[in-house]
Amino acid sequence: MTSLQLLWFILIGVLFSGFFFLEGFDFGVGMLVKSFAKNEAERDVVIRSIGPHWDGNEVWLITAGGAMFASFPMWYATLFSGFYLVLFLILASLIFRGVSFEFRANMKTETWRNFWEWASTIGSFCAAFLFGMLFTAMIAGMPIDKNGDMTAHFFDYVNLFSLVGGVAVTVLSLVHGLNFIRLKTSGELRDRALAWNKILYPVLFAGEVLFAILLYFSTDFFAKKPLTTTAIVVALVVFTCLAYWGVLGNHEWLSFIGSGLSLISVVVLIFNGLFPRVMVANNSAYSLLIKNSSSSPYTLHLMTILTFSILPIVLIYFIWSYWVFYKRLASPKQNA
Amino acid sequence: MLNLGLDILGLARFQFGMTTVFHFFFVPFSIGLAFVVAVMETMYAIKGDKDYKKMAQFWGKMFLYSFAVGVVTGIIQEFQFGMNWSEYSRFMGDIFGAPLAIEALAAFFLESTFIGMWMFTWDRFNKWVHTLFIWLVMFGSSLSALWILAANSFMQNPLGYIINQQTGHVQMVSFGAVLSNPQLWSEFPHVIFGAFVTASFVIAGCAAWRLLKKDHVTFYRKSLNVALVIGLIFSVGSIASGDMQSRYLINNQPMKFAAMEGLYKNSTNKGEWAAVSGFDTKNHKTTWSVDVPYVLNLLSYHKTTGTVKGMNTINTELHAKYDKKFGSDINYYVPTKTLFWSFRIMSGAGALFALLAIVGLIFNRKKSQLIMSQRWFLYIMGLCLWLPFVVNTAGWFITEFGRYPWVVYGLLTIADAVSPNVSVASLLTSNIIYFLMFAGMGVVMIVLCHRTLKAGPDIENTDGYAAGDTDLDPYSKGAFNHD
Repeated sequence: MTSLQLLWFILIGVLFSGFFFLEGFDFGVGMLVKSFAKNEAERDVVIRSIGPHWDGNEVWLITAGGAMFASFPMWYATLFSGFYLVLFLILASLIFRGVSFEFRANMKTETWRNFWEWASTIGSFCAAFLFGMLFTAMIAGMPIDKNGDMTAHFFDYVNLFSLVGGVAVTVLSLVHGLNFIRLKTSGELRDRALAWNKILYPVLFAGEVLFAILLYFSTDFFAKKPLTTTAIVVALVVFTCLAYWGVLGNHEWLSFIGSGLSLISVVVLIFNGLFPRVMVANNSAYSLLIKNSSSSPYTLHLMTILTFSILPIVLIYFIWSYWVFYKRLASPKQNA
Repeated sequence: MLNLGLDILGLARFQFGMTTVFHFFFVPFSIGLAFVVAVMETMYAIKGDKDYKKMAQFWGKMFLYSFAVGVVTGIIQEFQFGMNWSEYSRFMGDIFGAPLAIEALAAFFLESTFIGMWMFTWDRFNKWVHTLFIWLVMFGSSLSALWILAANSFMQNPLGYIINQQTGHVQMVSFGAVLSNPQLWSEFPHVIFGAFVTASFVIAGCAAWRLLKKDHVTFYRKSLNVALVIGLIFSVGSIASGDMQSRYLINNQPMKFAAMEGLYKNSTNKGEWAAVSGFDTKNHKTTWSVDVPYVLNLLSYHKTTGTVKGMNTINTELHAKYDKKFGSDINYYVPTKTLFWSFRIMSGAGALFALLAIVGLIFNRKKSQLIMSQRWFLYIMGLCLWLPFVVNTAGWFITEFGRYPWVVYGLLTIADAVSPNVSVASLLTSNIIYFLMFAGMGVVMIVLCHRTLKAGPDIENTDGYAAGDTDLDPYSKGAFNHD
């Protein structure tokens, strides 16, 4: 394994971390459109909280996908063709929730507004759940042949472990979204988000513990890297505790950063456990490795130069765009 | 399993065609609208005329709808290579992935961040700064076209690579060569100009319908004027860049060119150009045609003499060149009828656009009322708003079908590129659901644009933070105070 290959393995992890941190709260907010927001005016506010950002956040996924294609074509090919149905459903969910905000705002009848609100809610739930399921199934090991083609059946990737993984990511996104709403709104919505999180965090803890136990039985992570795996699982729980503390003591930034770091910990856990592989095969001889799945040194070199010259500029205006919209949205006045 | 005579190759090809065509309804529309809206807002910034601001906001709404659909259908494109074409991805990853990743990094972030800024900060920033936002969006979306076309150009005309002897995959040796591919620089201007034409004629068509109803006459006449000036410049530009591209094809992809012109036999020195023809594609023969002398040579070489190779000759040459590597039972004839008619639709429409723009600008002169009295013209203009979408599709049909049987010209056949591990059932399901979703989104798009048009330009912009909705004012003092 060359240092460039290692660098790109880490960069893919960084891009997915960015994606889960940012799109995590987008998913969470999207899920809340129907149940959490009680009326049209509240829904407007909830959607507006991510209005200027969700599109840019989704670009992190597109970048991660493109970067994976560029730096590890074998990984990209195996993963994307292997998890065909899961990815197809993810795409369908992302499409529904993606157009829902713009379409809802322009619908005239109650029925159609309702339709696009459900599209946002269900699309966001499914997308978060399916991403969680996909990554969990991926680390559990899949049937992969000599050519790198994965031929998994339904129950290879839909099982207790992957379902728990899916639910865990969904709940994490949900609390992250609520923490975001606590930062971006005021009045009743802000209070309600706090109240909801007081109930949801205990659920999340249960989910995380269950996930950690199943991780022990379903993957070789603890067997191969006991120290780092344990450390990251502990970090995950600690970040969640911090966020919960932020909920109990009403420290909004602490909660938000805590839930964001929890999501990032999950990504780090996965990438740490994968190393030095990129895809885990049931037959370990066929696992895809960092060293034989990557692009040529020329392409990696090129991508490194371009990424390190473009990404800093992107980060500057990306962060600036959050600064521009940093203020809170007021709660709608309750008028009959 | 029920056998419907469907195979993964056919389904994967259908899916690629369907998703790409649908995606490409919105891409040129969005790029073009970003440009036209940016021009409108710039005119507002310069002249201070509120009408132009209203125009930017009004047509900007359609831009936002189009952009939303373009984004979500674009993700399908990126994922699709891995999902349906895993062998292609392995073979081409070293070259194809880089432009895709840079596209996301350099273009999509710019586009998506600043579209959020533009959409939600009317009246919050200085008008020049706000205008800059839409130019950045437009710049980002054009840049994304550049990168994706760089990837496509390699597939049409591979340059700057070697074949890795161990893996058999292509490997990049010169990024400069990939970027300076002449195919790219003949394709890119044509696509961008086509995008500007698309948006101009949709705006012109919408304006024409409203003028027929005598609705907001000043506003729509001004819009029509901006659209037609842009439309005229870039329809001429499209024709010129298209001409450049087709002359490039004669040497680089002669089969594609011959099919566009419906030439089975080599042309004679007289350069007879078939305006319309009938084909017997089974026996590789032209059954009838209406010929015009010299035009073929004018189109191909800008002079009256010369000959163009026909498909039968090229077929023999390709077999001689590639049989050793790919076997002799490969079919090198591209879908002739599709290419022939697509080319005629595209070039005919190009000329029509230029003509309509000239006539429209004459009728719509400031002091003249001709535009209001020549209702026939407004009807034609109104109907033509659908035409750019047909034309864009025709253009891609030529480019992509004309590459048959290759996915990467001369290097990888379409049949060898498909994912071997995806089932017919999965592909069939995804095809059906995509189709239904696209149909739904298409209908919503049309309904929304129609509704926006009917509501007219006087409706307040209700999107977002600068809505002026006092109940939702996010900028009130003390917004950060705890209650």
